[in-house]
Amino acid sequence: MGPIAAIVDEVRRHRDDGILQIKEAHEKGIPIVGTYCGYMPWEIIDAAGAIAVSLCAKSDEAIPAAEEHLPRNLCPLVKSSYGHALRGSCPYFHFCDLIVAETTCDGKKKMYELLDRIKPVHLVQIPQRQDRPEDLALMKSEFNRVCRRLETLTGRPVTDEALAASVALRNRERRGLRALWDLSRRDNPPLTGWEVQEITDYIQYHFDKKQALVWLEGVTETLRQTEPERDLSAKPRVLVTGCPIGGVMKTLKTLEESGALVVCFENCGGQKEPLKAVDEAKDVMGALAEKYLTIGCSVMSPNPHRMEALERLIDEYDVDGVVEIVLTACHTYAIESHSIRERVQSLGKRYLAVGTDYSPGDREQLATRMGAFVEML
Amino acid sequence: MAIVSQVIGIDIGSVGAKGVLFDGSIAASAIVPTGWDMKETSRSLLSSLAGGKDVTALPLVATGYGRNAVEGARRTMTEITCHARGVRFLHGEARTVLDIGGQDSKVIGLDRSGKVVDFAMNDRCAAGTGRFLQMMAHRLDYSLDDVKALSCDGEVQPLTSMCAVFAETEVVAHIARGVPREALLRGILRAIAARAAAMVTKTGLTEPLFFSGGLSRIGSLATLIGRELKTEVAVHGRSPLAGAIGAALIAWEER
Ligand code: SF4
Ligand code: SF4
Repeated sequence: MGPIAAIVDEVRRHRDDGILQIKEAHEKGIPIVGTYCGYMPWEIIDAAGAIAVSLCAKSDEAIPAAEEHLPRNLCPLVKSSYGHALRGSCPYFHFCDLIVAETTCDGKKKMYELLDRIKPVHLVQIPQRQDRPEDLALMKSEFNRVCRRLETLTGRPVTDEALAASVALRNRERRGLRALWDLSRRDNPPLTGWEVQEITDYIQYHFDKKQALVWLEGVTETLRQTEPERDLSAKPRVLVTGCPIGGVMKTLKTLEESGALVVCFENCGGQKEPLKAVDEAKDVMGALAEKYLTIGCSVMSPNPHRMEALERLIDEYDVDGVVEIVLTACHTYAIESHSIRERVQSLGKRYLAVGTDYSPGDREQLATRMGAFVEML
Repeated sequence: MAIVSQVIGIDIGSVGAKGVLFDGSIAASAIVPTGWDMKETSRSLLSSLAGGKDVTALPLVATGYGRNAVEGARRTMTEITCHARGVRFLHGEARTVLDIGGQDSKVIGLDRSGKVVDFAMNDRCAAGTGRFLQMMAHRLDYSLDDVKALSCDGEVQPLTSMCAVFAETEVVAHIARGVPREALLRGILRAIAARAAAMVTKTGLTEPLFFSGGLSRIGSLATLIGRELKTEVAVHGRSPLAGAIGAALIAWEER
């Protein structure tokens, strides 16, 4: 086995390590805090001495359970997350002591009201704009409230020193992930988009951050120095944007099986959050509020940061086409896709928006759309 | 290597399967209904194209929803790419293609040279497709020929729902109220035209517009779509073959 294949193989073998780590942490009495969104400040949870875990659900099997309480015509991510909570079928959710949730889209926001009956939910009021002083002030005061809430959970104060250390660690993770992703800027990237996602997922679900980062940095270095075993250079280069794709990995699979190479993920789970680091030179709470407020998600109006990020990434990764994934009933991304299409096409790049949900029933349709898109590039 | 003087293009759609034997122009063509067994469908298509000769050695490109079931295909391409190629063969200037088939509808945007630059598809619900029209016409006790013969001018009973199930209920209610059948059929055609026009506008209309697929044979529908979009609508009698022609053209180039 060549070094690249060995790395991918290692990640596959350790895919479920995160669950065991969370179980052990729980048994040692370390508080576990669940989140559902990129806007949630990992650093504050870490500085409080708790472990942050992302709970966005990725499978369709809990959706029927969710539909006993929720409308059918709702985003599958929201339904699946709630369904798993309701059925107790998500091990991460099971070990959580507190959920720190946010007012982003309507579906999630209202679902959290019901979720609060199952587990305590602390709801963070995220502003809907990013550019005025009062937006930043709200973000900052909300983040302060998160600190106080976590202090009552862990019984220990969230100090500026602890926050600074967490910021440094998280920034290192952001740099580390971006360095790995940057390998796809090459003419012949070492990894497919699918493999990049597997490694990224592994890092995000490895709860000994320092250990995971040492591994990530080592792996990135190995990949940087290894002559790729495959030649992927002739494949059309695609950037994926839109909703989180954890539950619709079929889209990525079909896209790459149709002959494309996904070189960049702009969405959550990809560049959206790590693209900008927290400014370590500034007052830490202010810097945190500032960083998180500038995440370019479609729940913001207006949402200039997503456009800026897209333009920058399309250029940096030398992208031929952009595929936008829109989950069923995600209104904000669905509506924004109109402006994204215009912008992408104005840059002379091809654009495809694909609507889908967590069920496997649309494989054929996806194959036709993705296939036609790749033939177009 | 022997000079290849004939190639085959096959398009297995969800309703009909089409084949073209191509030698620089269309030497033979065939259309058969798509059966349960798509392998069988493609075999019977080939034998009717062959007319007794052995065509198994000819280069073959397959497209359409059943493209992977075609045995002996050199390569497969999606119906979007093949359809676009075929349309340009039938109409050299087309820049926007609207295709309404039995089960799906699509819009394809082409650049000056005929390359696909954008497309949109609806293949998830029957609304606005041939299937929809068939269901409604059946309710009204109209045959396809009756539908084709209808003039688009005259009394119209607008239809409010495009969901095949709700629309059927609505049509039944109107029949019960004694609304004339012609008015209802016009309403149905208008609803299909409006939906098609919206799909074209969303993808972006660059003229000339070419209308293909089974429903393009209904003259009044083409007229209504043209009125909605304020443009000329080009049609062609062989447009149902466009996907197969496009596949054959690709085989021809790579022969
Ligand atoms: S897409 Fe937006 S709402 Fe969803 S997790 Fe990301 S930042 Fe949060
Ligand atoms: S994908 Fe859209 S609807 Fe679903 S949770 Fe995210 S923002 Fe909300």
